[in-house]
Amino acid sequence: MAVRGPTGPPVLSLADVSKAFGNVRALRGMSLELHPGEIHALVGENGAGKSTLVKTLAGVHRPDHGRVLVDGAHVEFTAPVDAQRAGVAVIYQEPTLFPDLSVTENIFVGRQPRTRWGTIDKARMRRLTREAFTSLGVEVDPERPARGLSIADQQLVEIAKAITRDARVLIMDEPTAALSGVEAERLFRVARSLREAGAALLFISHRFDEVFALSDRVTVVRDGSFVSCDPTGDLEVDTVVRRMVGRDVDDLYPEQQEAVIGETVLEVEGLTRQGVFADVSFTVRAGEIVALAGLVGAGRSEVVRAVFGVDRYDLGAVRVYGRPLPAGRPKAAMAAHMALVPEDRRQQGLVMESSIARNATATRRRTLSRAGLLTSRAENEAAHHWGERLRLKFGDLTDTVSTLSGGNQQKVVLAKWLSTEPRILFVDEPTRGIDVGTKAEVHRLLTTLAGEGVAVVMVSSELPEVLGMADRVLVMHEGRLTAELDRSEATEESVMYAATGTTAGKGAT
Amino acid sequence: MAPDTVAPSPTPGRFRTLLSAREAPVVGALVVALLCASMFVDVFATGRNTSFLLLSVAAIALMALPMTLIVITGEIDLSVASTLALTSATLGVLWESGVPIETALVICLVIGALLGALNGVLVTVMGLPSLAVTIGTMALYRGLAYVLLGDRAVASYPQNWVSGARAPLPGVEGLPWVAVAILVLALLFAVFLHATGAGRSLFDIGNNDEAARFSGVSVKWTKFWLFTLSGVVASSAGLFWTLQYGTSRADTAFGLELQVVAAVLLGGVSIFGGVGSILGVMSGVLLLGVLRNALQLFGVSSDVLLIVTGAILIASVITPNLVARVRSRRARPLASRTPEGDTP
Repeated sequence: MAVRGPTGPPVLSLADVSKAFGNVRALRGMSLELHPGEIHALVGENGAGKSTLVKTLAGVHRPDHGRVLVDGAHVEFTAPVDAQRAGVAVIYQEPTLFPDLSVTENIFVGRQPRTRWGTIDKARMRRLTREAFTSLGVEVDPERPARGLSIADQQLVEIAKAITRDARVLIMDEPTAALSGVEAERLFRVARSLREAGAALLFISHRFDEVFALSDRVTVVRDGSFVSCDPTGDLEVDTVVRRMVGRDVDDLYPEQQEAVIGETVLEVEGLTRQGVFADVSFTVRAGEIVALAGLVGAGRSEVVRAVFGVDRYDLGAVRVYGRPLPAGRPKAAMAAHMALVPEDRRQQGLVMESSIARNATATRRRTLSRAGLLTSRAENEAAHHWGERLRLKFGDLTDTVSTLSGGNQQKVVLAKWLSTEPRILFVDEPTRGIDVGTKAEVHRLLTTLAGEGVAVVMVSSELPEVLGMADRVLVMHEGRLTAELDRSEATEESVMYAATGTTAGKGAT
Repeated sequence: MAPDTVAPSPTPGRFRTLLSAREAPVVGALVVALLCASMFVDVFATGRNTSFLLLSVAAIALMALPMTLIVITGEIDLSVASTLALTSATLGVLWESGVPIETALVICLVIGALLGALNGVLVTVMGLPSLAVTIGTMALYRGLAYVLLGDRAVASYPQNWVSGARAPLPGVEGLPWVAVAILVLALLFAVFLHATGAGRSLFDIGNNDEAARFSGVSVKWTKFWLFTLSGVVASSAGLFWTLQYGTSRADTAFGLELQVVAAVLLGGVSIFGGVGSILGVMSGVLLLGVLRNALQLFGVSSDVLLIVTGAILIASVITPNLVARVRSRRARPLASRTPEGDTP
C-alpha cells in the first residue's frame, strides 16, 4: 500500500496504526504518508476514523499499535505540543480564537517574542503577522480583535499562526464546510501557495468537487482502515464514492418526480429585521421543496429562524394556512405544524449531554405523556421507532448523543422533528458535514416528505444540492431576496449571479 | 467526539436510572451516618431527638426543593433565607397590627411570590445573571426585614398555632406532621422533575438553553416561574419557621441560604446545571442535618459546625469533578474536545 510520493521522503507518516476507544476500534492498521509539496485529500464517511487519524497526527491521541514517523524517524507524540514542535499544525473547521485578543495576539498566544528587557515585543509580533499574511496573499487587519471575524478569516489566522511557527505539515479538517464559494476559493489559493513553498497539506472534505480540484493524491478510508491511495488524476468521483461506502450508492439526488403541488400553506410578507434582513416575502405550497440559496451570511438562516419564532422580527407578517402566526413563539409555530431542523446541530439541534432517546423525543413530550406523566419507556419506544425508520446507528438509546457520529446526530435531529409530523418543514443545511451515504438518505427523505404533501423549505449552501432538490429556488443577497427561480431557470450561473448581487439579470447564463 | 466507554456503574441495569452514579454516594453516606449516629450517640435514635432533627432541617428541605429545579436550569437563588426573614418580619408586623393570623399568612405567601417574581423578572427580562441578582435581593430583602422590625422581636403569636407547628403526626411520636408534609411535597417535586415533559425540559435548559429554545421550550417563562415558586416556598418556610419558634426577628435564618445550596450540591446537583435529582437533594439535606445533630449531641461547638458545613460544600463540588476526571482518564489517556466529532 506504499504509494510513491511526488517528491522526497514523507515528512509525516503513520505506519500500521491502530487505536481503540473501549470496544470501538477507530483505526485498524492505518497507514498514510504525507510528502512535502503535496496536497493530500483524505476522504471517508462519517465515522470512518478521519478525526481519530487527524488527532493521532496532532498528538492528541497516542496509537495503541503502530508508529508515527517524522522524516522517517519514529516519534512519540505525548501531547499536542510535541506535534507542534515537529511542525504539524491543524486547522479545524471552526477555529477557537480568543475573541477579545487581537489577530496578532492570537497568532502569538503563549509564545510571544520578547524584547531584551523581557517585555513582549509587540512591534516584532506585528511585523511577523503582516509578513505571514502577505505571504498568504490575503488581507486581514493584524490589529483588529478576533471577535467578529468570519470563519474563513479565522481559519486564515490559524494558517498564519502555523506559518509563523514554521509548520511543515498543515492538516485541514473540513475547512470549507462553513465557507462560501468565494471564501473557499481564497482558501484554495492559499493552500496551493503553501504547496509551492514545500509544505505538506492534508485536506479533509466531503465535497468531491473540492477534492478533485485541489488535491494531488486521494486516500480513502473506511471503517478505520486504509482502502486506497491514488493520484487524483487517476480517479473518478464514482470510484471514490464506491470505495468510501464499500458499495454502489444510488444517485445522490433522488429521481425528481413531477411533484403534486397543492395549496399555499405558508405566506411570509415583508419580513424585516433591522440590520439582518429586509422586506423578505415568499410563499410555499404543500408538496413543494423550496431552496433558500445564497452566500453564507446572506441572512437565510436568520429568516427561517424568525419565521419559526426562535428569533424576533421587527416588521412583516407570517401566515400559515391563511392564519397569522404569532411572532417569537416556537411553541405556536409547532402548534401550527411547523418544524425547524437548525443549522448547528451540536448547539441548536441537540442537547449533547442528554441521551439519544431524550433528544429524539424532546419535541413530543406532551403527546408522549400519559395523564401528564412521561416515562422513559414511552421515550425509548418512540425513539426506537424513529431510529429504525431513519436507519440510525447507535449502541444504546440511553447513550448520550455525543457518542454518535455527525451523520447519526443529524438523524436524531431529523427524528426529533419529523416525529412531530410537520406540514411545513424548515431544514437549514441538512447535509452539512455528513457523509455521502447519509446525505443521499436525507435527500430521499426530503423528497418523500414532499411527495406526502409536506412543504419543505431548505436552506443550503451547496449549489448541487439546491439544483438537485428544489422545485423552486429563492436566492438571498445581503439580507434581501434577489431572485426567485423555477427549476427550469435555476442553473449554477443564475443562482450565483443572484447570490453575489450581480446585476446580470434573472436567469442569465 | 470519541465515545466514552461507559464506566461500570455500581448498580447496573434498571437500577441505574433509579439511583444514578451521582446521587449514590450521598444516599450511601446518609445510611452510614444514620447507622453510626444511632450506634455511637445514645440519645440520637430517641423520638425526642428525631423530632428535633426533622424540625431543624424542615425549612432547609423546603427551600432545597425549588432550589434544585433552579440550579438544574443553571441558575441559583441566594435570596431564599432573606425572603424567609422578610416574610417572618411581615407576619410579625401584620399580627401586631391586629390582622387575623389566617389573613396574615395568605398575605405573606403573596408577598413571597412577589419577591420571587422580582428575581425572575430581573433574571429573564433584564437578562442579568441570577448569582448577581439574588445576591442583591438577598441584601435588599434582609434590609427590608430590618426596616420592618429593627432590633425588636415579635413573640406574641397564639399558643395553639405555635404548638401546632411543632406537633407530631397524631399518634406517631417523634415524627412532626411538617416532615410528612415535606415528604409529600418532595414526592410531587420528584414526579414533576423526573416524570413530566416540563421537568425533562429543565435539564435541557441547564445543558443547552439554545437547543431547548429551538425545541419550543419557553426558557424565560420557565425560569420566571421557578423563581416565583422559590419565593412562595421560601416564604412558607418563613411562616413555618416563625410559628415553630414563636418569634419573628429580622436576623432570623441568617446565612441559611448557604446550607440550602450546600445540601443541593451535596445531593449531586451540578452547579453548572443540567444534572440532579430530588432523591439526592433530600438525602443531602438529611445528611447535613444528621451530621450537625450528631456533632451537637457530642458537644461540638457551633463554630465547628459552620466549618464542617463549608468543608462539605466544597467537597461536594469537587468530588463529582474528580470522579469524572478519573473516569475519562481511564477511558482515554489523552482526551480532548473536537470541533466536529465524526470519530466512530
